[in-house]
Amino acid sequence: MEKETVSNFKWEYSPAPEAKDHIKLKPQYDLFINGKFVKPNSKKYFDSYSPGSGEKLASVAQANAKDVDTAVIAAKNAYDKVWKKMPAKERAKYIFRIARVIQERARELAVIESMDGGKPIRESRDFDIPTAANHFFYYAGWADKLEYAFPNRKPESLGVAAQIIPWNFPLLMAAWKIAPALATGNTVVLKPAESTSLTALKLAEIIQECDLPPGVVNIITGFGDTGAAMVAHPLVNKIAFTGSTDVGKIIQKAIAGTNKKATLELGGKAANIVFDDAPINQAVEGIVNGIFFNQGHVCCAGSRLFVQENVAEEVIQKLKARMQTLIVGDPLDKNTDIGAINSKEQLDKINEYLKIGVKEGLELYQTSAAIPKKGFYCKPTLFIGAAQSNRVVQEEIFGPVLTIQTFRTIEEVIEKANNIPYGLSAGVWTDKGSKIFNLTTKLRAGVIWANTYNKFDPTSPFGGYKESGFGREGGLHGLMPYLKF
Amino acid sequence: MKLDFKNTPTIDQVGIEERVARFNTRSIKKETKLIGLKLALNMIDLTTLEGKDTEGKVKQMCYKAMHVSDDLPGLPTVAAVCVYPNHVKTAKQVLKDSKVKIASVATAFPSGNSTLAIKLDDTKLAIDSGADEVDMVISRGEFLKGNYNFVFDEIAAIKNACGKARLKVILETGELSTLDNVRKASDIAILAGADFIKTSTGKIQPAATMPVTLVMLEAIKDHYLKTNVMIGMKPAGGISTAKSALQYLVMLNETLGPKWMNNEWFRFGASSLANDIVLQLGKEQKGVYYSKDYISID
Repeated sequence: MEKETVSNFKWEYSPAPEAKDHIKLKPQYDLFINGKFVKPNSKKYFDSYSPGSGEKLASVAQANAKDVDTAVIAAKNAYDKVWKKMPAKERAKYIFRIARVIQERARELAVIESMDGGKPIRESRDFDIPTAANHFFYYAGWADKLEYAFPNRKPESLGVAAQIIPWNFPLLMAAWKIAPALATGNTVVLKPAESTSLTALKLAEIIQECDLPPGVVNIITGFGDTGAAMVAHPLVNKIAFTGSTDVGKIIQKAIAGTNKKATLELGGKAANIVFDDAPINQAVEGIVNGIFFNQGHVCCAGSRLFVQENVAEEVIQKLKARMQTLIVGDPLDKNTDIGAINSKEQLDKINEYLKIGVKEGLELYQTSAAIPKKGFYCKPTLFIGAAQSNRVVQEEIFGPVLTIQTFRTIEEVIEKANNIPYGLSAGVWTDKGSKIFNLTTKLRAGVIWANTYNKFDPTSPFGGYKESGFGREGGLHGLMPYLKF
Repeated sequence: MKLDFKNTPTIDQVGIEERVARFNTRSIKKETKLIGLKLALNMIDLTTLEGKDTEGKVKQMCYKAMHVSDDLPGLPTVAAVCVYPNHVKTAKQVLKDSKVKIASVATAFPSGNSTLAIKLDDTKLAIDSGADEVDMVISRGEFLKGNYNFVFDEIAAIKNACGKARLKVILETGELSTLDNVRKASDIAILAGADFIKTSTGKIQPAATMPVTLVMLEAIKDHYLKTNVMIGMKPAGGISTAKSALQYLVMLNETLGPKWMNNEWFRFGASSLANDIVLQLGKEQKGVYYSKDYISID
């Protein structure tokens, strides 16, 4: 190679779009109640759009209170007449079957997840769908072993579980909710978020294909009022909600004075703490994974970075350089690192926070590569020189925006990390094991990762402290919220 | 004052492996693939380092270095040939003034178990015979004993003997056991004057791996950020397919960037890689895979 060409050389990756011609979406989806797709009593439908391209994907039924009632009664009947009486090992076979079919249809589900939600195909293909299948596999195994999980405590199922899930991990959250509920012998009414209903409806098709007894799982679509009707329904015994802290508080008020059990997994504003003795290059990678995974639409995202002052300059310099290699664009391109923001509302909210941060006088850093003009996109962003008092530090942004604060001592960083209404997760980066154990006992967060970030496994419990909610999902702990003793 | 290498940065092995897995999910297609394959071909140090090497073998390989596949127009040559010091003269006779450089291993390759005097003589033989580049091995025994300054001084002495020739320092990472050691050895080599750092001799398994190469690229990056001085990288041994060469290039591109994406700063030490690249490039030009019998095996 000649020297001239050398200096101008730039190796751009050609587009590598995942094929979507094999995807079959119906123009209109009805409610999945009692084992069948039925027209909504409301007679209303709403449109589901792809945030990456803006195209309309399908229209989806909007369930009203009457529809919710039908679904809950179907679940109640299925519970009383079939599911409660069925031997546990037979229940397990159904759950196992769901897991197998998810695996078989993994590619289709991954593509729909990326079309409907905007997340990069690399994540839906390598993380969301396989992990969803693993949750069903894992809880299938527990179904007939509950008495061993809780010896001498006589675990019993609750009844009908109303489950309301968010738009950031649509199929995975459905799996987190449905799998333990079924394994413990409960029946389910599940509502996906209005902007990402499609993979849940595909899951309804899978459940049909698996011959689950009618009414054991009902999937209804709609907005907040549908969810409110589910929470308020008298035949519901258990509420499981993942979403914003604001809605979590409304749910808590609504069920006060009833004997409905609840699990709430709410917002977060996690501290990701980098000490000067950390493996810095890997820490930078962990920071990127912590905040830019799924466009930052992660309740446990490492959105508050704390760096020890003596390495701050190095970390920020390397972080900026690493961010320049992130590819923002078409969610269906296999090389995309950061896909589309889930909805216009969310993008507006993020942009509002970008303005607030600038107004607060923080140094804004964004990557230089262009983002697509059509669809909803946001460049990966840093706010450098942030303080505990900044709004962008205190409030959950739920986007690819990282605030950077520096600290001097371990006591200081523990105090600052805990100084927030949330307490879902945290990250610690240091080469020293004793420091890790010291911090894990003092940080008030449900999940703490050491020298890694955003790792999930069906065997590991997940959940928060304080305003990040209560109850645990995943692992043996994830069975308890669906049982009485 | 003696340099203290006890405090080189630590490496998190899990983090390194995850990063490598991420590079390997990049989908390299069409134009990107063509450019990448030609670039990889142009970065190869075509190597023969066997006890049974003869003048005949070296001459044939040198011709191949200049004519990788004449039936495919527009192919670059490889970067260099890599031979033992006693074969440098032969290589020079064939390569003459072509762009293909001559690299010679030296310093009691591959074990490095000898005295400094003999290693210097070995290096001098290579240089006097016309080598453009010298590939030395470090004393792994001394390194593992913690005798870092010995290793440093030895590299510095060889560098001094190299004159204008560029020095590649082989760490033999397969014998260093941990990524922390790889990083430490990289730092020692860079500070002692290496122009290139190189993973392996090819005589020890495992030879080059992506995690080890990433650790070394990060050492180069950190040095560059501190001093603005560029150091080259050469993974050697075990890279035999075009696909894996492209994965290394993705790693290079996203770790060190475009400045390093040329054979002045990056090499593949390989003997069979060139032919797999030819096979893939031929398929891109002709539309079909064809028999390996069409590709010369010198």
